Amino acid sequence: MTASLRSLLLRHETILGVLLILALIALAWQSDRFFTADNLLNQGRLMAEVGLVALAMTFVIVTGGIDLSVGSILGLVAILLGVFWQNMGIPLPIAMVLGILVGGIAGLVNGIIITRFGVPPLIATLATLALYRGLAEGISQARSVRGYPDWFFTLGQGEVLGVPTQLWIFGLLALIAAVILGLSTFGRATYAIGSNAVASRFSGLSVDRTLLLIYMASGLIAGLAAVIFVSRVSTTRSDMGTGLELDVITAVVLGGTSIFGGRGTIIGTLLGLVLMQALKNGLALAGVKGDGTIVVIGAVLIGTILISNIFRKDADG
Amino acid sequence: MSDIALPRRRPSYFSRLFEAYGQEIVVLTAIVVLFIVVGLVNPRFLSNTNLTSIFSGNAYIAVAAIGMAMVIISGHIDVSVGSLIGVLATIAGTLAVSGYPIWVAWTVPVLVGIAINTCLGALIAYMRIPSIVATLGMLSILKGGLISATGGTWITGMPPQFFIAQARLFGVPAPVYFMAILTIIVALWMRYSATGRSLYAVGGNAEAARATGLNPERTCVLAFALHGFFAGIAALLFATQLQVIQSTVPPNLELTVITAAVIGGVSILGGTGTVIGSTLAAVLFACIGSALIFLSVSAYWLRAVLGLLILATVLADMARRRRSLVR
Repeated sequence: MTASLRSLLLRHETILGVLLILALIALAWQSDRFFTADNLLNQGRLMAEVGLVALAMTFVIVTGGIDLSVGSILGLVAILLGVFWQNMGIPLPIAMVLGILVGGIAGLVNGIIITRFGVPPLIATLATLALYRGLAEGISQARSVRGYPDWFFTLGQGEVLGVPTQLWIFGLLALIAAVILGLSTFGRATYAIGSNAVASRFSGLSVDRTLLLIYMASGLIAGLAAVIFVSRVSTTRSDMGTGLELDVITAVVLGGTSIFGGRGTIIGTLLGLVLMQALKNGLALAGVKGDGTIVVIGAVLIGTILISNIFRKDADG
Repeated sequence: MSDIALPRRRPSYFSRLFEAYGQEIVVLTAIVVLFIVVGLVNPRFLSNTNLTSIFSGNAYIAVAAIGMAMVIISGHIDVSVGSLIGVLATIAGTLAVSGYPIWVAWTVPVLVGIAINTCLGALIAYMRIPSIVATLGMLSILKGGLISATGGTWITGMPPQFFIAQARLFGVPAPVYFMAILTIIVALWMRYSATGRSLYAVGGNAEAARATGLNPERTCVLAFALHGFFAGIAALLFATQLQVIQSTVPPNLELTVITAAVIGGVSILGGTGTVIGSTLAAVLFACIGSALIFLSVSAYWLRAVLGLLILATVLADMARRRRSLVR
């Protein structure tokens, strides 16, 4: 076997792809409802919010950071959307934009704490996880907002050309993210920072600015996911997005992005996402309760990294 | 920066004390100030009942934070501890209800905790899975497994001797003894024993530690095994403080435990911190939660206030660390 073919076969994405195909075959075997267009599109709809946040999270983790606050930002933006629109009487389209901007500001605050004060990302976003969720709870006082106009639901429940609206948005942003991370100088800088932040600084990269932009993007996209989430479930509550960060990180890490930074691709993240969603759906169709599914996802996460580590050890030798 | 050129004076005893235990002193001061201020505003805050509920009701968080501090000091992290405590509490309750002797219901969860976390530690140390990934996976497995196994039912009807957390000695609730004694033992062990010191050495620089003849892998497994032990004790205190055990995972418990360890001065980068700090921080959290109620702040703002305080502490800590770097 030639060296390049061998390294291609041992790539994390390849292993994941094979695993995904095996899972899909097994699931199609299990239930004849799995491989229907309706079911697959519906699964895509359910996947979009986690998927959107996972795109930005891939950048964050490639820089060697982590953003635990995304679920809380989602909750905060969802609440603010309702407050802006219903309590302050701001027209809904403007309220949506304002909400997403607040998400961006929340992400920017994360970035400032991390770059200006040198707080490790895990700690900084752990603190803002509590802070943003707290703000959401405080502002909402446990009231939920309902009664959004019909046009608003196109975003989360409607279809464009037979495909759920949010899948178009997700697809477009995934493409943009893949191009930026894979082909642009910004993407190169992202990898460089993750491999060695100090060396990147000395070779003239504006490390702080890059990190600020990435954390801000993470907040913005969590805000966008919040708007889609509210539109999908037609109501806002302050506990929305609780635990989202774990799903997102699982998908990204499953997709082969190294938690230590410097390595990872958008394609990998997409594969990780689809594998996760397919498992959730397939097991549900096979009659496994929702909680049993979580067990399988946890086991798959550990198993994939384990296998990938073992193969990499072989490749090194 | 210009300080570097100045001739160094021998630092006074107090400044050395502050350098070694800076964060612990900050947290302790915060607790004392909180007690004085809230006590003046609402004297009932200092009542016996309230103090008991603050210290006794949250001792399990402090005990779990001891293990978490060890894990973080040795350079790792564990986000699965909340689920583990939920699982172990359920095991304890189920055994007690099924008529096993009380000592079995007390010891089995602790042993299971040690066993699970030893495996986790081995996975991290020998299979080179990053601890955040391994424990994230473990979180899903334990949480999902627990709910599928029990359906989230409540366990009731444990025999009266089971409730160790409700016992009192000289008027002081048992959990407070657990918290205080375990903290002191571990603090001394980590400061003066060779094995305890090795946690700091490995967390500070694993390769340097290896070069001096320590075994980082074994140290990692040890840290996780001990963490499992403390999670077991924490689960017992948690399971026996009320008459019912809700067989689900206490929400956000892992975050509370990690935050307590970190606010207490354990650097997330590994290598520094003490369990005295983590216990003090757990007490501080409990005080803040209770103080907000006594100051009639809406319960819905509680988490926002807590988040702000965490952020302020972290920023103050970073500023302090930077200053000591410059010096």
